Amino acid sequence: MSEHAGRARFAAIIEADEKVEPRDWMPDEYRANLIRQMAQHAHSEVIGMQPEANWITRAPTLMRKAILIAKVQDEAGHGLYLYSAAETLGVSRDELQEMLHSGRQKYSSIFNYPTLSWADVGAIGWLVDGAAIVNQIVLQGTSYGPYSRAMVKICKEESFHARQGYSIMMALVEGSDEQKAMAQDAIDRWWWPALMMFGPHDAESSHSERSMAWKIKRIKNDDLRQMFVDQTVPQAHYLGLTIPDPDLEFDEETGHWRIGEIDWDEFWRTIKGDGPLNRERIAHKVKAWEDGRWVREAATEYARKQRARLGKSA
Amino acid sequence: MNTLTTRTPLATYVVRHADDNVILGQRLAEYISRAPELEEDLAVANFALDHIGVAQHLFAYASAVEGDGRDADALAMLRSEREYTNLLLVEQPHADFAEVMARQCFFDAYQVLLWRRLSASTDETIAGVAQRAVKEATYHLRHSSGWVVRLGDGTDESHGRMQHAVDRMWRFTGEMFEGDDLDREMAALGVGVEPADLEEEWQATVDSILEEATLTRPADPYQATGGRRGLHTEFLGRLLAEMQWMQRSYGGLTW
Ligand SMILES: [Fe+2]
Ligand SMILES: [Fe+2]
Repeated sequence: MSEHAGRARFAAIIEADEKVEPRDWMPDEYRANLIRQMAQHAHSEVIGMQPEANWITRAPTLMRKAILIAKVQDEAGHGLYLYSAAETLGVSRDELQEMLHSGRQKYSSIFNYPTLSWADVGAIGWLVDGAAIVNQIVLQGTSYGPYSRAMVKICKEESFHARQGYSIMMALVEGSDEQKAMAQDAIDRWWWPALMMFGPHDAESSHSERSMAWKIKRIKNDDLRQMFVDQTVPQAHYLGLTIPDPDLEFDEETGHWRIGEIDWDEFWRTIKGDGPLNRERIAHKVKAWEDGRWVREAATEYARKQRARLGKSA
Repeated sequence: MNTLTTRTPLATYVVRHADDNVILGQRLAEYISRAPELEEDLAVANFALDHIGVAQHLFAYASAVEGDGRDADALAMLRSEREYTNLLLVEQPHADFAEVMARQCFFDAYQVLLWRRLSASTDETIAGVAQRAVKEATYHLRHSSGWVVRLGDGTDESHGRMQHAVDRMWRFTGEMFEGDDLDREMAALGVGVEPADLEEEWQATVDSILEEATLTRPADPYQATGGRRGLHTEFLGRLLAEMQWMQRSYGGLTW
């Protein structure tokens, strides 16, 4: 197909709300934009394993331990799906990891915050996975086929993540004063960072407009954030927790909860590398990767020997 | 010190197998997010989950048999170090991926044989756990032995590391086949097995793995012992300090 025909077909696919597939012609910037977004998404799944893995060995009961392991295992699986979906765009997982390690690609800033108590594991499932679900449900409708299908698969598992988080919070608020305080402390620290997960106001988002036009992105950052706020505020009230926002109020006219202003300085500072644990998260990841180098080399070498042996016997 | 960790021989017998699984599950859980590849993080998490699942079932059963109000979590998390009766092998820390897999492979080879035999236990609950666990252990062994072979027969570096890991874990393997009075009592009832009956097949399995891996079977005849009597290496206490921390810090709460 000539580039001219390809371009026309691409435009038609987007226009008709159909899916762009790996073999279809696509604009270079569309490809680059997708690679950036999908890689960032995959990296977030993988880096996101760390704050929760921090509590697996200290989980209070065997049941909670097992559920948390299963959740972290799911996140590793999500990372895998997303890396393979990104690979359909002509980049390798190793290249993408390299860009994560060198800081050229980012991951969700939320994972730069520390998990300081068991309640944080609940807050992450409830708020962070909750926010991720809002985002990911919409991304099922994204224009790139492999990304959309990865989202469908992932969304099925995410609802379990949010539920287990909410269930941890529920047990805490039904528990002792100490447990309630732990739950309140967790929402105090995680509420604002969770709202920041939806990104800056659309006017300040460098990729937003083009992504909307290409239907990679279907709903604006502020609208997604509003969806999350509207679904989460009643849950917090049900738990008997106070949301750390003095300006929060219900707008009778629109039926939406209105939040106060997000601390955008903190948002940009964390994105630029100066959040509480940015350096540690990357260092942990790089160390695992470097420590595993000899293992990966050995697997490659063993596979080579096996091929040679099979070749000889054939 | 009394070798009975509970009031009844049956519960004590069940607890020792639960201890093996919860402690190894805990060790594996430490490794999640630190594996050489994402696929191995998944596999290690999967193993940890399986071991903890077995432990959950066995502790719940021991709790029911004991019948004095200690639940599964209290058994798992609120005993003292000297009351844990796991094998020394499973409490050993791992310095690298080769040690994770050597420990796993030796234990998996034992668990496959143990659960296969216990699948026919006259105790229905034990038999039920064993029938599920033997499938998991078989899958684990395929994975762990696969890595022992790949690393043993990979590069010079991986060969050296894998040999070192095998050498390091080897002296904790003999303990798997030591029997005590409780094992004999349970075997006589048809509930349990004599550990010694598993040894020959274990040696054969492990020999063939090591041979394929081009590794040398360690000559070290010294074999450590004590786990079943609650005499541990210093490593267990620190593992327990972490595992028990929540239950110890906040007594009697529901999570
Ligand atoms: Fe996920
Ligand atoms: Fe999740």
